[in-house]
Amino acid sequence: MIAQGPEVRFEDVVKSYGAFAVDGVDRVIAAGSFVVLVGGSGAGKSTLLRMVNRLVEPDYGRVLVDGCDVADGPAPLLRRGIGYVFQSVGLMPHMSVAENIALVPRIAGHPAPDVAALLEMVDLAPDYAARAPAQLSGGEQQRVGVARALATGARLMLLDEPFGALDPVTRDALGRRYRELHDRLGLTSLMVTHDMAEALLLADRILVMAKGRIVGDATPTGMLAGEAGPEADALVAVPARQADRIEALRR
Amino acid sequence: MSELLAPLPGLAAHHLLLSAAALGLSLLIALPLGFLAASRPRLAGLVLGVAGVIQTIPGLALLALFYPLLLAIGHGVPALGFLPAWAALTLYALLPILRNVVAGLRGLDPAVIEAADGLGMTAGQRLRLVEAPLAAPVVMAGIRTATVWTIGAATLATTVGAASLGNLIFAGLQTENWGEVLVGCLASAALALAADALLALVERGLARRERWSLAAGGIGVVLGLLLACTPLAGGRAPMVVIGAKNFSEQYILARLIGTRLEGAGYAVSYREGLGSAVALRALRQGDVDVYVDYSGTIWADAMHRAKPAPRADTLAGIDAFLKPARLLGPLGFENAYALAMKRTEAARLGVADLRSLASAAPSLRLGADLEFLSRPEWRAVRDGYRLRFASSRAYAPSFMYRALESGQADVISAFSSDGRIAADDLVVLGDPAHALPGYDAILLVSPTRAHDARFVAALTPLARVIPVEAMRRANYMVDRDQNKASPAAAARWLAGQLEHR
Repeated sequence: MIAQGPEVRFEDVVKSYGAFAVDGVDRVIAAGSFVVLVGGSGAGKSTLLRMVNRLVEPDYGRVLVDGCDVADGPAPLLRRGIGYVFQSVGLMPHMSVAENIALVPRIAGHPAPDVAALLEMVDLAPDYAARAPAQLSGGEQQRVGVARALATGARLMLLDEPFGALDPVTRDALGRRYRELHDRLGLTSLMVTHDMAEALLLADRILVMAKGRIVGDATPTGMLAGEAGPEADALVAVPARQADRIEALRR
Repeated sequence: MSELLAPLPGLAAHHLLLSAAALGLSLLIALPLGFLAASRPRLAGLVLGVAGVIQTIPGLALLALFYPLLLAIGHGVPALGFLPAWAALTLYALLPILRNVVAGLRGLDPAVIEAADGLGMTAGQRLRLVEAPLAAPVVMAGIRTATVWTIGAATLATTVGAASLGNLIFAGLQTENWGEVLVGCLASAALALAADALLALVERGLARRERWSLAAGGIGVVLGLLLACTPLAGGRAPMVVIGAKNFSEQYILARLIGTRLEGAGYAVSYREGLGSAVALRALRQGDVDVYVDYSGTIWADAMHRAKPAPRADTLAGIDAFLKPARLLGPLGFENAYALAMKRTEAARLGVADLRSLASAAPSLRLGADLEFLSRPEWRAVRDGYRLRFASSRAYAPSFMYRALESGQADVISAFSSDGRIAADDLVVLGDPAHALPGYDAILLVSPTRAHDARFVAALTPLARVIPVEAMRRANYMVDRDQNKASPAAAARWLAGQLEHR
């Protein structure tokens, strides 16, 4: 296995839009870990995530990637070294799938990536390269979105509700596929979701956010064991109850 | 017909060049301004508001407003011709381009913009790779609208002395030569449609990412622009500019003057359809080198004299007033307000002049053109001869002659050089008390040409040689309903008459 993804360190970061969106988060994301941020709407998950690639600049505190302050140097340069996947994908409608995947190396002035290999990583046939984004289903578009993020060669991935708009079957398949890639490529992944079941099944570690603060921090097993506090328990209770009811139907 | 079509290519080229120059400048202004405004709502409101107000100004008025504006700037900035037309049309084209740049950029999918930022594009890369290509079809649609508007509005450039297809339309309108009007309209419409079709091809190429339509449209636009540049490539001999106001007699005299100057070796261009005040200003500025005006017009309207003076004093006064421009001399006829009757009626009633009209007037009906009854000339003649008509009615000019013909009016107001006076066998009643001011046709020359001996020598033979009867017949050749002659043909006829003398 090649070198692991970087460590991400949040040092007491604060961001306020009138009310506090992120209110003093101080955590370390270990190198090579898959960490999922969960919480209700407006809990500050996306704001915290977007501080890493400076789509949001903190009012206070700093974010370090492998010990380097992200605020040093120009933001575009930082972003080209970090994979970013988000719910609405944002494929360029006027570019083919291949051009979309090769976009970051192109703007960075790097050689073109191996598009076929990247397509294969996200389970798309090579002939997808020439298609236009509008010809793809939602799931296929997000696969291209993941391939585009991987094409940067980045070892740190930020995923903001990446599978939120997909149907459950696609969502499950793509989630598992991404987890495999995370392990195979030795990435550090920081993902935001409001779906606790998804978090439990994909993450090494789950951070529960409410009102801009981290209110729970545990592994999935620890979370199920109730180690993460009452907010986490409330979120875990929903999928657990659903699983019990489905189990009851089987009998 | 061939005479109608002869000036067409040159005028179309000027028309296209003017439109293209206006659109080009408009793009240079509107593209960056629209880009800045798209992300700044207050700026967008201001910019679109101002452009919208400009759009509500009628095109003719916008062009006319630039004339005094450029005059006020002075410092040798030409106030007539290409510059005011270019400026006005540029402003006119701003709104559709601005609006579509703002709409095109604001209509972009926010996810695409977030992706562009999240992937690490700089602002410049985002504009070049994402915003510009995605907004291009909408912007292109705005450019198409602006193009069609501009090519249409460019016909109005004629009124500020820039050559365009409007030359045909305005000249045809004044001489009631509908064929000429139609040629001008059709040519300008054809230009607009062709430009729109080419740009539609470019727009389609941008929207569907079709190289061939982009290339075909682009090549077409470039070819059109090259063709439009042909008037620039022609000989650059010093041009003499001959002005003309907006009625038949002026068009004819302009051609008469032009032919003489060409004979003297000058290259000649015409600025026709000028407003009365514009023409005099343009002459004094040097934008027009020579044109014909009327002594009474300058005496009353430019010099603001209330009372007529004897002819010699009037002409001397005007020459002094115009310095350093010059009054070269009277042409020999007047185009004055006068009263006219049928020759037979006048003989029957024993009316020879205005004095003898006074006794017959109470049983006669006066037909006047729309403005005569409110003009000082009418008050002067009414009070000077104690004229009391049985009734007086105002008519549009052509109906006024018909009213006289059909007996609904017995006496009409007329212009003394009007061709219909001879054609309808009318008699112009004399003015022994000199109540009416003189309206001698006078040849005016710009300050620079006033010292050009060759120029002056070419035109001096025109002084005092055109009798009013000849002018009337020439005017009638252009004004009559059937078998119309062009002003150039009438001018040739008139020149022939002068040689026979």
